[in-house]
This record gives sequence, structure tokens and C-alpha cells, in this order.
Amino acid sequence: MDNQTVLERLKTRFADAFVESREFRGELTVVVPKDRIVEVCSFLKNDADLAYEFLSDLCGIDMYTPEKRFGVIYNLLSLKNRHRLRIKTFVEEENPKVQTITGIWGTANAHERETYDMFGIIFVGHPDLRRMYMPDDFEYHPLRKDFPLMGIPGSLPLPKK
Amino acid sequence: MGLDKALGDSFLTTKVEDAINWCRKNSLWPMPMGISCCAIEMMAFAGPRFDASRFGSEVLRFSPRQSDVMLVAGTTTYKMAKVVRKIYDQMPEPKWVIAMGACTSSGGMYRTYSVVQGIDLFLPVDVYVAGCPPRPDNLLNALMLLQRKVQKGECRGTVPSYIGDFHSSQPVTATT
Repeated sequence: MDNQTVLERLKTRFADAFVESREFRGELTVVVPKDRIVEVCSFLKNDADLAYEFLSDLCGIDMYTPEKRFGVIYNLLSLKNRHRLRIKTFVEEENPKVQTITGIWGTANAHERETYDMFGIIFVGHPDLRRMYMPDDFEYHPLRKDFPLMGIPGSLPLPKK
Repeated sequence: MGLDKALGDSFLTTKVEDAINWCRKNSLWPMPMGISCCAIEMMAFAGPRFDASRFGSEVLRFSPRQSDVMLVAGTTTYKMAKVVRKIYDQMPEPKWVIAMGACTSSGGMYRTYSVVQGIDLFLPVDVYVAGCPPRPDNLLNALMLLQRKVQKGECRGTVPSYIGDFHSSQPVTATT
């Protein structure tokens, strides 16, 4: 299985849901619209030839652009074909919502919680979307580019001396 | 007792406080608050090679109710600060705190939103230990500095008067 074959399969199957693709140092990245992400992931996992049965990572990104500010990146691995594929999808700042893929790969549960904690991207349909690292009552999302490095004074209370 | 032989019919005099503090300083049971990598050096400090039992501190108590000195060893995040304070509050008085390593003392290299920039922001620290991580020798050095403070009746925490005559002091720093 090589990048060209995977790209052809995706292009024929999702002719209407294909934004762009690029290849860098032999790694294929495909950008898809956010409302088709579940469909694309489901196809990639369940297709007998492609068989991307392992989600090796899911993370967020803040592009800090007026449009399409936040992105979600899915790193897939096909153990059968020994092939890796990266899927990206972008959302607007006002409505950072993406459908969850916990129904496809169970491991996405923790990854989506982390991405929600750090970027504030809401995964619609996630069974347990709580914060992972920061305290539950924390109001900000620290990995956003507009969050100051030293935090917001008073946002994390210390115990009394 | 051997003391009878050495003293014969004579006797020793001392103050009760001094005698009690002498006992206290030679059995400082640490609460190992090993939060990150400094904890490895703290284990070496307690283990046979560096052997904290020479100073009566080999009994690392994982129950705060039974410990006298809290060894905070590692990067303390804001989320963890509440836990550290809760465990400190559960320790019986008199109690002392050793801040082990750069992160614990000042935030160290983690100058970031999630790390408390020194545990003295929410705990009264008696001894700071320099190093990243400090060598176990330096932690022993800190323990000996603390023993000197205990003998003198110094404690930076609050101590009710019925426990003994304690007075506050300046924190000291252990360096090699």
C-alpha cells in the first residue's frame, strides 16, 4: 500500500468531501471538511484493503487565523499494510465543534478529552467530555495561542498559607 | 542501661524541652511527597547506600499522621498544590517542610502557567535544597540542617503552646 493508492481510493470514494492533500517526506496528509470526518474515518477503518485499525494519535492545533482557526489532526496506522495516514479537519473559532470518533476508535476518548481541555474544541457526542489535566473549574484553554505563558493571575487558586 | 554504669551514682541535668527536642531531631520521620524526578534521589537517600537511618530518618511514612517532616520532592503544579497542602494539614504538630530541588523551591525551569513558582507560596518551608535534582548527600545535608533547627526549637509552621516552646526562624538553604 503506498500513498498514491490510498489517495486514489479516498478521492474516488469521497469526491465531494475532499479539500486538499499534501505529501511531505513520504507522509500523506489529507484535509477533509469537519462534517464528513466520522464518515471518512469509518471508511478508513472498515475498508478491507485500507484497514486503518489503529488511531495512534489525535491532537488539536491553533492556527491563530481569522478563519479556520482550530484544527483536529488524526494520525492513523494500518498494521496490516504498515502504512500511516494523517487526516486533518478545521473548524471556526465561533463554533469549535467536531463530531466525536469514539464510536470508531475507543482510544479517541482520552485524546478528545485532552484536546478539549487544551484547545476548547468540543467533540459532539463524546460520552464523557471532562477536563483531563486542568482543574474542573478552570475557565481557559491553555494551549490556545492567545493564552499567556504564565497564565491568567488568579485563575488557579492556591491553598491558604 | 549503659548509662547507669557510665554515671555511677551521679546524674545528668537538662531542660525537658532540650531532652524532648533531642529525641525529636533524632527520629524525624519523613512524609515522602515524591511528586516527580527528585523522588528517585529521595529513595536513594533513604536506601542503604546513603542511609538516612544514620540520622534516624529511615522510616518514610506514607501516612501523614505518623510523620514529622514533609519532603516535597518534585515539580508542584497548581492542581497538586491542593493535595500537598491537604497532606501537610493532616500531619501532627510540630511539623517541618523540606523543599527539595529547584522546581519545588522556585518553579525551576518550569516558568509556566501550570507550575507553582515555589511551594513557599502555600507552605512554610524550613529548608530549601539546591540542585536539579539534588544529590542524596545534599538531602542528608538538609536533614542535618533541619536537625540543628529542631534542637534549637525552631519551626516555621504554627505550633500550639502546649506542644512545646517553638519559635519561628529564617529558612536555610542546603548547598553542596
